[in-house]
Amino acid sequence: MPALAANPVPERVPGPLARLYGRLREINWGRKSVIGIPFVFLVLFFSLPFLVVLKISVSEADGVQFKDLIDFADGTLTLRLKLANYQFLATDPLYLRTYGWSLAYAAGNALICLFIGYPFAYFMTRARPTLRPILVMLVSLPFWTSYLLRIYAWKGLLDDNGVVNNFLLWAHVIDSPLKMMYTSFSMMIGMVYTYLPFMILPLYGTLVKADPRLLEAAGDLGTTPWKAFWLITVPLSKGGIIAGTMLVFIPSVGEYVIPELLGGPQTLMIARVLWNEYFQNVDWPMASAVAVIMVVLILIPLVLLNRYQNVDATAAGDGRRRKGAAA
Amino acid sequence: MAGASSAAAGTAPSGTSSGTGDAQFLRVDRLTKRFGEVAAVDDVSISIRKGEIFALLGSSGCGKSTLLRMLAGFETPTSGGIYLEGKEISGLRPFERPINMMFQSYALFPHLTVWENVAFGLKRHGQPPDRVKAQVERMLGLVQLKPYAQRKPHQLSGGQQQRVALARSLALEPRLLLLDEPLGALDRKLRAQTQFELHSIIKNVGVTCVLVTHDQEEAMTMADRIAIMSAGGFVQVGPPREIYETPGNRFVADFIGTVNLFEGALVEDEPDHCVIETPVGRFYVGHGITGVKGQRLSVALRPEKIELSCTAPEQTAHNCLKGRVVESAYFGATSLYRVTLADGTRLQVSVPNSERHGEVIKVGSDVYATCSPDALVVLVS
Repeated sequence: MPALAANPVPERVPGPLARLYGRLREINWGRKSVIGIPFVFLVLFFSLPFLVVLKISVSEADGVQFKDLIDFADGTLTLRLKLANYQFLATDPLYLRTYGWSLAYAAGNALICLFIGYPFAYFMTRARPTLRPILVMLVSLPFWTSYLLRIYAWKGLLDDNGVVNNFLLWAHVIDSPLKMMYTSFSMMIGMVYTYLPFMILPLYGTLVKADPRLLEAAGDLGTTPWKAFWLITVPLSKGGIIAGTMLVFIPSVGEYVIPELLGGPQTLMIARVLWNEYFQNVDWPMASAVAVIMVVLILIPLVLLNRYQNVDATAAGDGRRRKGAAA
Repeated sequence: MAGASSAAAGTAPSGTSSGTGDAQFLRVDRLTKRFGEVAAVDDVSISIRKGEIFALLGSSGCGKSTLLRMLAGFETPTSGGIYLEGKEISGLRPFERPINMMFQSYALFPHLTVWENVAFGLKRHGQPPDRVKAQVERMLGLVQLKPYAQRKPHQLSGGQQQRVALARSLALEPRLLLLDEPLGALDRKLRAQTQFELHSIIKNVGVTCVLVTHDQEEAMTMADRIAIMSAGGFVQVGPPREIYETPGNRFVADFIGTVNLFEGALVEDEPDHCVIETPVGRFYVGHGITGVKGQRLSVALRPEKIELSCTAPEQTAHNCLKGRVVESAYFGATSLYRVTLADGTRLQVSVPNSERHGEVIKVGSDVYATCSPDALVVLVS
């Protein structure tokens, strides 16, 4: 650096240690730890277990043990990944169908919850303000009793000689009991019933913030109330719709208890297959592979959601920056 | 309030040309709105000229917003009628009225761009796309927001949002434009600049306009006529100057601007002057009133119409009050003095600072406050 040497007053260039110290001092440790705690939690209780599952899914079973993935012998480092399970999963029609049906049931559940939940949440926001907290509490009231118990209660309602059938027989609507229990129908009822609050609450959260003057403005500009609902209320509750749909869809894909208790033998849900592989076939690598693919299937909509939210956030941030620049 | 038209300030040419049809462009007839037992708007009648900007001014809860919302169709009148160009409209729903409103804090659709916001009403009325495009462009040109057409409302400043709201409410070319606190969401400096802009746009378009505000400065700069509202009714209706200079009663005198009020009794009443005896002295007023001697009434005197001097005026001068300055405040353009008179009454005096290094009246000094006979207004109620 001849130019620097030519300078009559050479600038003091900080040494590497001083630079490191300076950089460390610049870090906002309080903020880092706020983000760090959930980060560490996720690494410990999500990422690491997932990596273990991932490792098992590509391992070869050796009795009750698994063979090491990386082996160093005779001066050769060998990495053995057994992809046979994935190969099998990708080609076996039963598994493909099961994945397909799991996604379809979950999507159906999310859709039904949305159609029931939206008007539900909408009318909650239209209730008197003093009544609203009570309605929110009533929606979350089922959580106060055991989930398993509530699923069992549906058995009593939908059974061949359950409450519903007995009532319909008594009212002479039907002559013989309807076969409702242990079908896709009973399973969907259980799923919608269980997951509905997860749809209603985020929808309520966005709808309650809606500005009634926007609807008045739409009316003033020549819109009927019904059209104003579709043009203003629904687009503005997009965030709630997406959040609610994700909250219902994601756990429903891997739902085990409801298909097991209310579903029929023909309802294929991936979690039941997973159970079979782990506990009946005791094929841990296979079960792990099933689980890994399930996680990936759930991750895709999550990534899409995240992307969508980021786009929204950057648009808002952009606006603020522009406003700041204009001022 | 028939004399109001005499002071018509810059109305559209069509406003004065034809007969009663234009004078009664909007007619509100004995309009009443009750919420339970309370009458928010109580038996209000008014006629508004075509092209006029009419302001409803009052403090919160006076019923001005309810009246505006009835015009827009968001509230149903309990009784009475609203006639626009002779047609009864109080039965029509908001989207059926040829009336548009610029909402308080604008109510822009946050998920739509500026362009889509302005186009919203046009599209709902099923106008063909090229017509919508032309009209939106015209409106954005009018409010000088063409470069911002693709922005979302949150990407605009408060003043720009206000102009989008104006463009949106004018896009349908309404017969009547309603403005609800049009400048309420802007800061002070921007407000002063915007109110002239808003006024000139509305006058250029020539739309008849009813605006609601609690800000008297806003009402005075924007409106051709102001209605002072209190407890659901009109207290006084007139052009800004008339409201300020000739308040009809104590409420209006007190509500608009600052005023010194003196209670007194009528001692002399001639066609060209009258004299009122008050505890602070006799006031010689330059106009006669038709009253009875001994009648109790008040005299109103605006702070800026008083002259303050440290030297005693000539003996012959009318309306001279002696007092002592107890407080003073320097506002730049003017200075405000509080003067205590002989009997303890406080007098507020506003003096223009016309010279940079003029005489400064110190707190504690004895002063003579004088005003011309023309500066005084006699209030019977």
